[in-house]
Amino acid sequence: MDTVIIDGLSFAIPLFIIAIGGIYSEKSGVINLALEGLLGVGAFTGSVAFLFFNRLGFESMPLSFLITFGFAFLGAGIFAMLHGLLCIRFKANQVISGVVINILAMALTTFLTSQINALVLGKPSNKFILNVSSKFTVPVISKIPLIGAIFTDVYVFMPIIIFISLFAWYLLYKTTFGLRLRACGDNPHAVDAAGADVGKIRFSSVVISGALAGIGGMAFAYSITASYSPSIYSGYGYLAIAALIFGNWKILPTLGACMLFGFTRSGGYKIAQLLGFSSAFSDVIMTLPYLFTLILLMFFSSNNKAPLALGEIYDKGKR
Amino acid sequence: MNNKKSSRPNGLKKAVVRLLGNPKTQGLAIPLFSILVSLAAVSLMVMLFGKNPIDVFKSIMQGSGVLPKAAYASKKGMLTDFMAMLGILTPMIFAALAVAVAFKTGLFNIGVSGQMMISAFAASITVGYSSLPSVIAKPLVILIGIAVGALAGGIIGYLKYRFNVNEVVSSIMLNYIFANLTSFFINSYFINPVSRQSRYISQASRLSIANFEAFGLKMDLPLAFILTIPTAFFVKYLFDRTRLGYELKAVGLNRNASKYAGMNVGKNIVLAMTVSGALAGIAGVTYYMGYFSSIQPKVLSDLGFDAIAVSLLGNSNPIGIIFSSLLITIISRGSNYMSSSVGLQQEIAQVITGLILLFTACGVYIRYRVNILKEELEDEKRELKKEGGQE
Repeated sequence: MDTVIIDGLSFAIPLFIIAIGGIYSEKSGVINLALEGLLGVGAFTGSVAFLFFNRLGFESMPLSFLITFGFAFLGAGIFAMLHGLLCIRFKANQVISGVVINILAMALTTFLTSQINALVLGKPSNKFILNVSSKFTVPVISKIPLIGAIFTDVYVFMPIIIFISLFAWYLLYKTTFGLRLRACGDNPHAVDAAGADVGKIRFSSVVISGALAGIGGMAFAYSITASYSPSIYSGYGYLAIAALIFGNWKILPTLGACMLFGFTRSGGYKIAQLLGFSSAFSDVIMTLPYLFTLILLMFFSSNNKAPLALGEIYDKGKR
Repeated sequence: MNNKKSSRPNGLKKAVVRLLGNPKTQGLAIPLFSILVSLAAVSLMVMLFGKNPIDVFKSIMQGSGVLPKAAYASKKGMLTDFMAMLGILTPMIFAALAVAVAFKTGLFNIGVSGQMMISAFAASITVGYSSLPSVIAKPLVILIGIAVGALAGGIIGYLKYRFNVNEVVSSIMLNYIFANLTSFFINSYFINPVSRQSRYISQASRLSIANFEAFGLKMDLPLAFILTIPTAFFVKYLFDRTRLGYELKAVGLNRNASKYAGMNVGKNIVLAMTVSGALAGIAGVTYYMGYFSSIQPKVLSDLGFDAIAVSLLGNSNPIGIIFSSLLITIISRGSNYMSSSVGLQQEIAQVITGLILLFTACGVYIRYRVNILKEELEDEKRELKKEGGQE
């Protein structure tokens, strides 16, 4: 049971921060299919920073760990500017732009990875080997049955992500910026009339969106794969989009959706393992999270409503 | 008058407006212009890598069989490459049409990849591994592809209509479900242990004729390609000339107004997703049972996702889609040869695809700027006339 909780959380929390990124962008009215590419770019820039620190011999510094996340945050945020620029300044179709960002992200990171590997390590490998992030166990609380598992073998990045997501929640729901951001997604003309710049607000939300997705991508690279390789693009971005729509574009319900994905996933693996199924059969088990989600969606979708102006290019003159 | 706008040379302004400003030809002129701009950007990038852009474009066209290569292996020729390009163009057109049908109805089918996989899987295990003669097997493969794809798409439409389940989420969920389920069955019953893919289907059921010999050359003849253009015209006919198409478009433009006008919105949503799924189904069988002849378990094809951009690049217009598919397919198909002959990595070809999509996505912006220029010119003309009148 404990491993189900531990593994489930370590999948759900990175997914959650990516989904929050999606919420920021979509709440401001910009469709973000680019999450998949952005999380990969984040993982890439973070891993390059890791490699760089390793070369300089700083890898043992606890701070370097934080710095790699900082680079993931920055790298994906900067790359997301392209999405913002296309969707807002150049009035591009947001869906195309998202797909374009994904294509470019995959191509560029794969290309640069082999170039950097050839340059630094002298062999054109397509992956960077990372350490698995260190884990910690909170002394007393972890002894409590069941709940204790939440505090056992926690990846170091988990509290960081939780802290950031708390801040993201505060920013979105309790500040003027957040209020305007959400209004941009429902009625951008009202925001304009109130004297705020719709383009600027949307642009900054897209950048925040990318930065958060980058953190999530780096967390996946540090935990699940323990390396950076093109296999980071295995659909977690799309899963995050599903989670945020399931969560009705709200942060807390989205957390629930991510937990659901995480726990059904780890639970499924555990069941397959306990019953001694072959690896082929575990594929059947792995359909359960998604089947379960579909069934839940049937019951909880009646109030599901996208932001009203989602996907619309803002045109001042239009009424 | 010292502001920025009027400092631009008038001749250039006039030329731009003359080229791109005519509302009748704008639909074609602006995409062409943006493709030219993107090719210029690509050339710049290629020059940064120290290569000649003309070589790069030439080798891409050579690799996809549009231009002849310098030398060919025996029994291979330009036609061989061209047929291979058509082989991958076929599923691309169908997949992009699938996206377009849903898009016109205001729905977003992001599950084309999953629908492709499940329909090709169903057709493989029923017909692909049977010993039916090819006259029966080939049409049957397409029919099964259509039926299974339609069902998979219909489920998404039904969930949307009955339970208000967002089609993006349900298609993503179904993508995973289809990928995992087929992976289980393939790994358990139909695996080829050497290639780690499903066993090859019978030649009789394959939608292209492998190693077909003509003009002294060997090639894979993509039979299903003859269906692409009629299908595109059929979709165009459906949307332009039929009542159903009109209703679908109306639902896409404004769901509430359509409901008020007495249309059955739910039925139309289910129908649109069914048609979209059916087209994705044909894309699936032509991809896995035409271009390839086996299925790689658990890996959803990128083609289904790229089709989204290709479809929107063609402005969701069936005829536009034929051309946008052709453009993107030529680049992706020619990238192999380009990377070996020019010495650029294959990923660069993907960057080229990305850049072309990126610039063409800005078509709306170009049109917006051109129309501003046009208004400025007309204003100036009016002012000149006024001044002339006063003198």
